[in-house]
Amino acid sequence: MKVTRALRKLRGSIHPQYFKGLTADAPITTMPAPAKLFVSMAQHLGAPAKPIVAKGDIVVQGQCIAEAAGFISAPVHAPASGKVLEVDTAPTPAGTMAPRIIIETDPQNTETQTLPPMPEWQKQPRETLLARIAEAGIAGMGGAGFPTRVKLSPPADKPIDTLIINGAECEPYLTADHRLMVEHSAGIVNGIRIICHLLEVKHVHVAIEENKPSAIEAMQQALEQLDGVEASVCILPTEYPQGAEKQQISMTTGREVPSGGLPMDVGCVVENVGTVLAVANAILEGLPLTHRVTTVTGHIVQTPQNVLAPIGTTYADLVAFCGGLTNPAAKVISGGPMMGMAQPSLEGSTTKTSSGLVFLEERRVHVYRSLPCIGCGRCIEACPMDLIPAAISYTVEGGDYDKAEALNILDCIECGCCAFVCPASRPLVQHFKLAKPKIIVKRRQAAAAKGTA
Amino acid sequence: MSEETVPIYTVSSAPHAHSGASVRGIMLDVIIALTPAMLAATYFFGLHAIRLLLVCVIGCVATEAACRKLMGRNLAIDDLSAVVTGILLAFNLPPSLPTGYALFGCVVAIAIAKQVFGGIGYNPFNPALIARVALLVSFPAAMTRWHSPLNPDRWTSLGWIDAATTATPLDLVKTAVTSGETLPFSWDGSMAMRFFVGNMDGCIGEVSALALLLGAAYLLWRRCISWHIPGTYIATVAILAGMLRVINPSANMPLTFHLLAGGLMLGALYMATDMTTSPLTKRGQIIYGIGCGLLTMVIRRWGGYPEGVSFAILLMNAVTPLINQYTQLGVYGHKA
Repeated sequence: MKVTRALRKLRGSIHPQYFKGLTADAPITTMPAPAKLFVSMAQHLGAPAKPIVAKGDIVVQGQCIAEAAGFISAPVHAPASGKVLEVDTAPTPAGTMAPRIIIETDPQNTETQTLPPMPEWQKQPRETLLARIAEAGIAGMGGAGFPTRVKLSPPADKPIDTLIINGAECEPYLTADHRLMVEHSAGIVNGIRIICHLLEVKHVHVAIEENKPSAIEAMQQALEQLDGVEASVCILPTEYPQGAEKQQISMTTGREVPSGGLPMDVGCVVENVGTVLAVANAILEGLPLTHRVTTVTGHIVQTPQNVLAPIGTTYADLVAFCGGLTNPAAKVISGGPMMGMAQPSLEGSTTKTSSGLVFLEERRVHVYRSLPCIGCGRCIEACPMDLIPAAISYTVEGGDYDKAEALNILDCIECGCCAFVCPASRPLVQHFKLAKPKIIVKRRQAAAAKGTA
Repeated sequence: MSEETVPIYTVSSAPHAHSGASVRGIMLDVIIALTPAMLAATYFFGLHAIRLLLVCVIGCVATEAACRKLMGRNLAIDDLSAVVTGILLAFNLPPSLPTGYALFGCVVAIAIAKQVFGGIGYNPFNPALIARVALLVSFPAAMTRWHSPLNPDRWTSLGWIDAATTATPLDLVKTAVTSGETLPFSWDGSMAMRFFVGNMDGCIGEVSALALLLGAAYLLWRRCISWHIPGTYIATVAILAGMLRVINPSANMPLTFHLLAGGLMLGALYMATDMTTSPLTKRGQIIYGIGCGLLTMVIRRWGGYPEGVSFAILLMNAVTPLINQYTQLGVYGHKA
């Protein structure tokens, strides 16, 4: 099997402490459904799903409990059998409010519902396969949660020639994708086969960071089973943010996604390994997306591990499954420490995008006591987009959003490298996250005004 | 987690990890890097070096504290930047400078060149150099009274500076060149070695290229500075000095003389590399370094002062915002 190396160097990167050793060698453990599941309807990017069950309904594992509310949306299925306790509204991990279905699980009810498996999927029309992917509620499991069906239906004027499977997992602490590649490489390759068929692509790169030799080996062997396409494992140097979509495209193909564009503009589709496995499960076994692997980790977790848990499991139940905490936590992060979201309590629950749950004790929590910029230029060195974070940050602080836009703030991928290296602890990426939505809204308003004038 | 208390977690925007780098850490690294040169200054100039270092460090820190208090802001002296300014100011003073003048320099450096603009990060010019130039134009006699290093009395008395004054090598060359005389001394390997270790007349911190290079190696290793500014600065001086020497050997000193005499090493390695007053991007830093080198040689060769390092760096400080404006990077995804 062909092994390639990254074609380029990242324009900027950092080397955080990874702490992946806490869970990298821990096989995926399966967690039984807890007493209650709190299933958010905002599991994906786009419109939240619309609940189609009501309080008191009996649901069966795999049964659709909420339907997609538009094209960029995804349905949600019951992760376990039980009774609907409540349909209410609750904060998502990102802090926005969304409808939620609370299920009281019933351990006696072992019934599951699946969609009809498609062992002869090659004979099915493309539309049927895409409809299945949509029906199974699959959304990008790397973090953004973009509905997979949409990603796999590029418009005719955007020919796709390369599929990139993202197994970089560059966020510190997280090992869920690593373990998936080690333990489910055959399933991932099945998914690759299906997606190659759908996109009619001939080139596949499985991008994995150098620090996961076991995953590289497993994927290399599994890819031997893939015929008809030119597939290779592309070994990326271990540095953050190798897993960022635009960076990964440059690493594997040498192409650069134009500013404001999408991977399909340069003939690429990037899918996370977990998503690819979910596609295989949905087509070959008819399984809707109801479970995912989450790395529950941190130095204060009794037994850090990669847990396959029903979606909607509360953080409290997850950590209890891992033996609880040895010391009090000061910060709890859904996702990784570079781009993940700090959670106010353990009442929150997992979604299709919950790659990790990281518990940090007091001494690992960095408090930003910001000083003025001393002009060291380290943020420029670290920026993988070659922006000048120091300068953009000052324009945002001064409220000059036009200048920020001129300095290409909208190209920021919010990876956090700038803030990570800043010796003055300036909230750089934090400033950008604040300003970007406002600039986008302003742009839209300006465009609308032009349209009516 | 106990049942009875609900834990409160810190909620903040990502990233939740940090490299641990701090302004204080960088300043501490600079102080460590300046230590060999402090030791060299003390070795060559004895008690006077210790006097100037102490006066300048205490003077700068005290001025910083006083300014911050007056402005009703946090004290901010724990970032150690005033300590660095103090050491660098002392390095730029002749060994005999009276304490009062040195204190005047401290007030200029911190109050006028730094805190007036808002403190650390906001000063457009290098504070220590502003102070040096202010002293030079205010007290030209005191600032150009030189004393040979390694005076036998340097450890026991502060009185030896009243004895015969001398001139720096650059002074001698300037005088000779402007009056059309032949160059004042012959230049050979042993002379160059003497200059390299620091046995020459000059400001207390600029004399020992050896000590300054040792410290700079540490800063490079710690990634507090990169080669771009000092490399291009020194290379530009070397190229220009070499060219002048080739064109007219009777009126121009050799290349190595220009590298080792005067404040080039101190300026290129520690003053021009000041983060706040130098360009942000590597491309900008190269332009800045070349500009510093050009101006230094122009002043040394054709200007009114024998030494041009301070003025060259300050002039380039002034164009740093302009350089920043025109050396933006080609952002990912934008056509070049």
